[in-house]
Amino acid sequence: MNFDFSDDQKQLRDQARKFLAEKCPPKAVRVVLDGKEPYDRALWKGFAEMGFLGVAIPEEYGGAGAGHLELCVIAEEVGRALAPVPFSSTVYLAAEALMLAGSDAQKQAWLPKIASGEAIGTLALFEGTGNPSPKAIKLEATNGVLNGTKKPVADGAIADLIIVAARTASTGRDSDISLFLVDAKSGGVEAKALTNLDPTRGQAELTFANCKAEPLGAPGEGWSIITQVLDRAAVLTAFEQVGGSDRALEMGRDYALDRIAFGRPIGSFQAVKHMLADMYVSATLARSNAYYGAWALSTNAPELPEAAASARISATQAFQHCGKNNIQVHGGMGFTWEFDCHMYYRRANALALGLGSLSYWEDQLIDRMRKRNAA
Amino acid sequence: MNFDDTPQEAAFRETARAWVAANAPKELEEELASSSLGRIRLKHADIVEVGKAWQKKKADGGWACLHWPKDYGGRGATPIERVIWQQEEGVYGKLTQPFQIGEGMCGPTVMAYGSEEHKRRYLPKLASGEEIWCQLFSEPAGGSDVAGLRTRAEKRGDDWVINGQKIWTSGAHYSDYGLLITRTDPNVPKHKGLTMFFLDMKSPGVEIRPIKQANGMQEFNEVYFTDVVIPDSQRLGAVGDGWNVSLTTLMNERMSIGARLATGFPEMFEFCANLMTDDGLAIDDRATRSKLASWAVKASGLKYTSYRAISALSKGDRPGPENSIGKLVAGVMLQDIATYAMDLEGAAGVLTGADETVTQGQFQQMLLTSPSMRIAGGTDEILRNIIAERVLGLPGDIRVDKDVPFNKVPTKGRS
Repeated sequence: MNFDFSDDQKQLRDQARKFLAEKCPPKAVRVVLDGKEPYDRALWKGFAEMGFLGVAIPEEYGGAGAGHLELCVIAEEVGRALAPVPFSSTVYLAAEALMLAGSDAQKQAWLPKIASGEAIGTLALFEGTGNPSPKAIKLEATNGVLNGTKKPVADGAIADLIIVAARTASTGRDSDISLFLVDAKSGGVEAKALTNLDPTRGQAELTFANCKAEPLGAPGEGWSIITQVLDRAAVLTAFEQVGGSDRALEMGRDYALDRIAFGRPIGSFQAVKHMLADMYVSATLARSNAYYGAWALSTNAPELPEAAASARISATQAFQHCGKNNIQVHGGMGFTWEFDCHMYYRRANALALGLGSLSYWEDQLIDRMRKRNAA
Repeated sequence: MNFDDTPQEAAFRETARAWVAANAPKELEEELASSSLGRIRLKHADIVEVGKAWQKKKADGGWACLHWPKDYGGRGATPIERVIWQQEEGVYGKLTQPFQIGEGMCGPTVMAYGSEEHKRRYLPKLASGEEIWCQLFSEPAGGSDVAGLRTRAEKRGDDWVINGQKIWTSGAHYSDYGLLITRTDPNVPKHKGLTMFFLDMKSPGVEIRPIKQANGMQEFNEVYFTDVVIPDSQRLGAVGDGWNVSLTTLMNERMSIGARLATGFPEMFEFCANLMTDDGLAIDDRATRSKLASWAVKASGLKYTSYRAISALSKGDRPGPENSIGKLVAGVMLQDIATYAMDLEGAAGVLTGADETVTQGQFQQMLLTSPSMRIAGGTDEILRNIIAERVLGLPGDIRVDKDVPFNKVPTKGRS
C-alpha cells in the first residue's frame, strides 16, 4: 500500500510552500483584504510562472500535464497561505469543466490562457439563496442567448471566462440544464462586486442580458457535468481547507506556547491543550479523507462521488473548527483586525459555502452511500 | 498513490491467506463476524479455550506474535507483514483477545528488560497462548495517575514481599503470569520509587475478585496481594526504575497500528437505512442524515489515517503520530451513536431484551458499555494530553507532587 504522495509530489509541495511564504505573507493577503486590490496580480503572475495554474492541464493545451495529485499538494499550500488569487474558481471550476466537457476548439481557446495566467475563469451556478440544484436554475438560454442573474459567483467581477448553468427546458428533469461558455469581454454580461465574508476572494452578481454564449458539452448534459465538476472541486477545495486547518492549528499552538497568563504559558492549561488536541484530531481526519479523495480524483475511480463528499464534509468541519478555536486560544487579541486569526476564520467559513453548504454535502454523502450499498 | 501490495507483500498475503483458509475454525466465523461491538461472547464455546487452540495452531504454523524474533516464539516478520497478517486473520483475530495484553504489553516489556533466560523461558509460551499474561498497573489510588500507585514491595533477603491492591485487571482469573508495578520507596517523589516485577499468578497470597461493572458484566478483576513473595530474579529493570519500564509497556499499548477499533458506524448506517419511523425511513430524515454523515467521515477518516500509517510501514518508515487519535474518536462515537439509536427507537428504546428490540439489544448494550471505551487504555483526557504534549509540543502539566516525597503527597480532597 502506498497511500501517500510521492517524493516528487512532496517536493512540489515544499516548493509551493517556500514560494508562498516569500510572495504571499499575511501582509500581502491584507492588501486584498483591505480592498486595495481585487486580487494579488503579482502573485497570480507568479503562479503562472511556477506552473501552478496548468499543473493538471494536458501539455497539448499549454499545461504541465502532471495531474491532479500535483494539483492537490499545491491547493494545500494555497489554503495554508490564504493566497488572495482566483485560483479555485479558475483552476478547480472553469478548467475542470473545460477539460470534462469542452470541445477541442474550446480547450485550445481557453486552457492555454488559463495555464499562462492570461485568463481568469469561474462557474456561474447559484441564483441567490440555496444549494446546488437543477430546480434553482432560472437563468434561461434560448438559441444560445442568455438572460438572467447569477449570484454569488466566485471571482465573477474579474473573470474573463464564465461557465454558466442555464435552463434550456422545463420538464422537471436534470436534463433541463445545459452549460454555456461566455467570454466576459464579448458584452451582454454585467458584473457587480458584492461584499462577502472573505474579502480576500471576491464574489459578484452577474447579470446576463441577451448575452451570446456558446454551448459547453452536449445540450441537457449540464447538470451531470456540474455534478462532476463540483465533486472534483470538492476534493481540491478540501486540500485548501486542510492547509488552512493546519496553519490555524499552528497559530493557536504557537500562541499557547508564547502567551503567559496566571504566571505560566497558557498552553500548559488543560482547557487550552485539549482544545488544541481536538483541533489536531479534526485536521488529521480531514487530511486522511482528503487523501482518499485525491486518490479517487487522480484515478477517476467510481468511488469519487462518495470520496469527494467525505473529503468535503471532513475538511469543512476541520477548517471551521480550527478557525474558530484559533481565535479562542488567542483570546481578545484574536478578535482584533491586526491579528491574522480572523482571516482564517473568514476563509474557513467562505470555503464552507462556496460549493454548496455542509448540509447539502451531508445529504449527498448519505445518498451516495445508499446507492453503493444498494448496488 | 495506490492501495496495492508490493510484490513481496502480495506473496506474503497469499501465504497468510492460504494458511488461514486451511486452518481457521470456520464453525465460529459467523458468530465472530456478527459480534462486532464490544467484547466477544460465544454461545457454545469458551473464548479462552477456543482462543488457546487457535493461538497454539498459529504458533505451530509460525503465525503467532509474528513480529517477534524466532528465538522467542515469533517469525521475525516486518511491521507491514504483521499488518497484512492481521488483515488476513480477519474475524479470527477476535479470538486473540485473551492474549492481547500479553502480546502487546507484557511481552515487549519482558523483551526489553528480561534476562536472556527469562526471554527464552516465557516469551515462546506467551506467544503460543499456552501461558496467558495480565498487566497489574491500575489501582484504586492511581488510574490516569498510574505513578500514584501504593502497592508496596519490600525487600526481604533475596525476595520481595508484596502487599496491596490492583484493579481493572483484564483476565486476571485465567492468567498464568502478571506484570506488576510496585512502590519500593515511598520516601522519594512518586515517579522515582517504583519497581517492576513479574509474578506467577498462582503465588500464595494472590486473591482475585471479579468486579461487577456498571454495564452489569464481569470482565475485570481486583487483585489483592497479601505477603506475596517474588524472587528478586523476577525484577524487570533496576530498583526505582519502574516508571521508565512502564513507559515501554504503555507505549506498546498505543502503538498498535491497524487495530480494529469499533466505531459503531456500519451498524448504525444499516439500522437507519432499515428503521421505519412514523415519518418514513430514519435515513430519510434530515437531522438523522446530518448525524450519519458526520459519523461517516469520522469512520472513514480513521480508516484512511490507519492506511497512511500502514503506507509508512510499507516503506520502512516510522508512522507519524496520527494514529494517536483512534481511540479518542472511536470511543465518543460509540457512545453518541448508541444514544441516538435509542432516540430513534423512541420509548421502546428503553427495553434491552434481545426479542424486544429492533437490533437484538446491540445498541442498548453499546450504550451501557461505551463509557468504558472512553476510560480504558487511557482516558479521553489523558489521550488529549498526550496529543497536546507529544504531538503539538505543548508543556506538560504543572505537577504539584513532582518533587514531593510520595508519603507526603495528600491523599484526600475534602477532609
